[in-house]
Amino acid sequence: MPRIVIEQDKCKGCLLCASFCPKGLIKKADKLNKLGLNPVEFDAKGCLGCMQCAVICPDCCIRIYK
Amino acid sequence: MKLLFKRPRSLREIPTHYCPGCGHGIVQRLVAEVVDELDIRERVIGVAPVGCAVIAYDYWDFDCSEAAHGRALAVATGIKRMRPENIVFTYQGDGDLAAIGTAETIHAANRGENLTVIFINNAVYGMTGGQMAPTTLLNQKTTTTPYGRRADREGYPLKISELIAQLPAVRYVERVALYSPQAVFIAKKTIKQAFQNQIENRGFSLVEVLSPCPTYWGMSPKEAMDWIRDVMIKEFPLGRIR
Ligand SMILES: Cc1ncc(C[n+]2csc(CCOP(=O)(O)OP(=O)(O)O)c2C)c(N)n1
Ligand code: SF4
Ligand code: SF4
Ligand code: SF4
Repeated sequence: MPRIVIEQDKCKGCLLCASFCPKGLIKKADKLNKLGLNPVEFDAKGCLGCMQCAVICPDCCIRIYK
Repeated sequence: MKLLFKRPRSLREIPTHYCPGCGHGIVQRLVAEVVDELDIRERVIGVAPVGCAVIAYDYWDFDCSEAAHGRALAVATGIKRMRPENIVFTYQGDGDLAAIGTAETIHAANRGENLTVIFINNAVYGMTGGQMAPTTLLNQKTTTTPYGRRADREGYPLKISELIAQLPAVRYVERVALYSPQAVFIAKKTIKQAFQNQIENRGFSLVEVLSPCPTYWGMSPKEAMDWIRDVMIKEFPLGRIR
């Protein structure tokens, strides 16, 4: 099963990854990161490994494993 | 487990100063991926602009030079002529390349310098506070056109890529846009071609990237991408210009 890892302390919470994830697996987290911003978090169920989230991320915070 | 997607080697592990959702972050990663894939990290030299991307040289893990505002292509010309074995590119915003640097841009293109130009069109001056750029659309509100740009007062959006494509010495001009992961993929392919052209000594190549500035467009990052897709590409059509 593919899975993504989000480096939350680099994430600026722009939500572009969340808008383009075809499975809606990425959501805003309920905490603040080191930048003082709300990062996103990932729900591990059903990831396609399609890379849309990583390709659109302006801050290169997403790694994808398969 | 296999790693399908990771940070390119040529992009340093440091957070950038860009606003959330800024297109500069995406294009800088694409350039780093292309440099890795073409295996030119040891011979590439980037020239950074003045504008929001002014410290791009801190983010890329390869040699770079800074240039005074608009002069990137003059600096790049000097580097390339002295060191033709290096792969030299400029990375410039629309204020840098198409306003204060118009003369340097046109003449480097007209000389057909064997250079690669990555031109970020975000339709405003980001760094200085969202003023009108030559590329600002008609009716677009900026801090210096608070009621919208008017053709009778500020002229029309400047299509510098189309102007440059007229010049006989120019080899390759293409416009791409960042509005979806698929569009980002096309942008990367185009940037790679522009570097490949230089490696093969084919002459002046320019890629214009329509890139979001959510902060000074007054939009969310996703709305800014939708605006590129729905509004901006009508004024700046995508595809190969030369
Ligand atoms: C000679 C000179 N004139 C003016 C400025 C002020 N200045 C800094 S950045 C900038 C415009 C940058 O806009 P653009 O190239 O579109 O880049 P962006 O910030 O939008 O990425 C200006 C006018 C300067 N630094 N140097
Ligand atoms: S790889 Fe695809 S399915 Fe998985 S989180 Fe990213 S966008 Fe969603
Ligand atoms: S696209 Fe990147 S910076 Fe933006 S919310 Fe997703 S992980 Fe964070
Ligand atoms: S002002 Fe605009 S171009 Fe500059 S970093 Fe912010 S979003 Fe990017």
